[in-house]
Amino acid sequence: MTNAAVHIEVQQPSLHLQGHEALASGAAHAKGQQHPIKLYLVVWGWLFVLSTCSYLVDYFGLQGYLRWSLILLFMVLKAGLIVAVFMHMAWERLALAYAILLPPVLVLVFVAIMVFESDYTHLLRVIFFASST
Amino acid sequence: MMWIFLLSDTFIFSCFLLSYMTARMSTTVPWPNPSEVFALTIGDKEIPLILIAIMTFILISSSGTMAMAVNFGYRRDRVKTAALMLATAAFGATFVGMQAFEWTKLIMEGVRPWGNPWGAPQFGASFFMITGFHGTHVTIGVIFLIAIARKVWRGDFDLERRGFFTSRKGYYEIVEITGLYWHFVDLVWVFIFALFYLW
Repeated sequence: MTNAAVHIEVQQPSLHLQGHEALASGAAHAKGQQHPIKLYLVVWGWLFVLSTCSYLVDYFGLQGYLRWSLILLFMVLKAGLIVAVFMHMAWERLALAYAILLPPVLVLVFVAIMVFESDYTHLLRVIFFASST
Repeated sequence: MMWIFLLSDTFIFSCFLLSYMTARMSTTVPWPNPSEVFALTIGDKEIPLILIAIMTFILISSSGTMAMAVNFGYRRDRVKTAALMLATAAFGATFVGMQAFEWTKLIMEGVRPWGNPWGAPQFGASFFMITGFHGTHVTIGVIFLIAIARKVWRGDFDLERRGFFTSRKGYYEIVEITGLYWHFVDLVWVFIFALFYLW
């Protein structure tokens, strides 16, 4: 991520970081992202916990809306942790975050369209085909 | 550039998961219960989804080692970076191996892209398409990791050695770029695990 020498303001006070230094500028490029290893170990631990939780949802055979909401909750939390910390999105400039994160959110519109479409297909199949099978 | 590629890859996997959703919602035949389909009998007990759970933990661990490799890369710790990248590659190869085992088991049980013994025929098509594409991504990632780990190990980025194909100098930043790709593969698995296996 060859950001120009921009100093990014970080929300967490404990993580005062300098932005990436431009590699092309020929400056000493030894710095980059410097976080304590502990941060990664903590996130790793949380990912394990969340995965275990989502597995237990299946193991105990929860059903219905409780199951679906729990699965989605754990999924979004895990995805958020991976993107924010492991992929360093939390420390990237805001423009990149919007450019990368916004388009996939718009996929939800596509999801909504296909939900209507498949409901319709299902209805047609029930009306016209289900009796013959 | 890697972010742009990952964004386009996001759309590819979104379309796969969407087509899976559409197939599953519009079929009048019951969908096979993944909890039972992917159960393994260990000892005498049938444990639901256990292989998939182990695969999930392996992939998450590989993401953890990759994140630490990136960290040591920025600290220019050549040996630790290369070792952690190779550990990541080993986790990835284990994952692909377990996936091959899973495919073999399902094919032996009669799952085909056009049908299966338990219910909606679209199950096989969705399964092979989604996990196959993901497995391909993991395999490419393993190759990518080994190639970059070799360069780190050899000290290409300290000696500013020129690349074989590009004739340009490489920098430690490539470790982060490899990491981005690898975390993305893990990210996709998070969605597949939730939407295909658990739903």
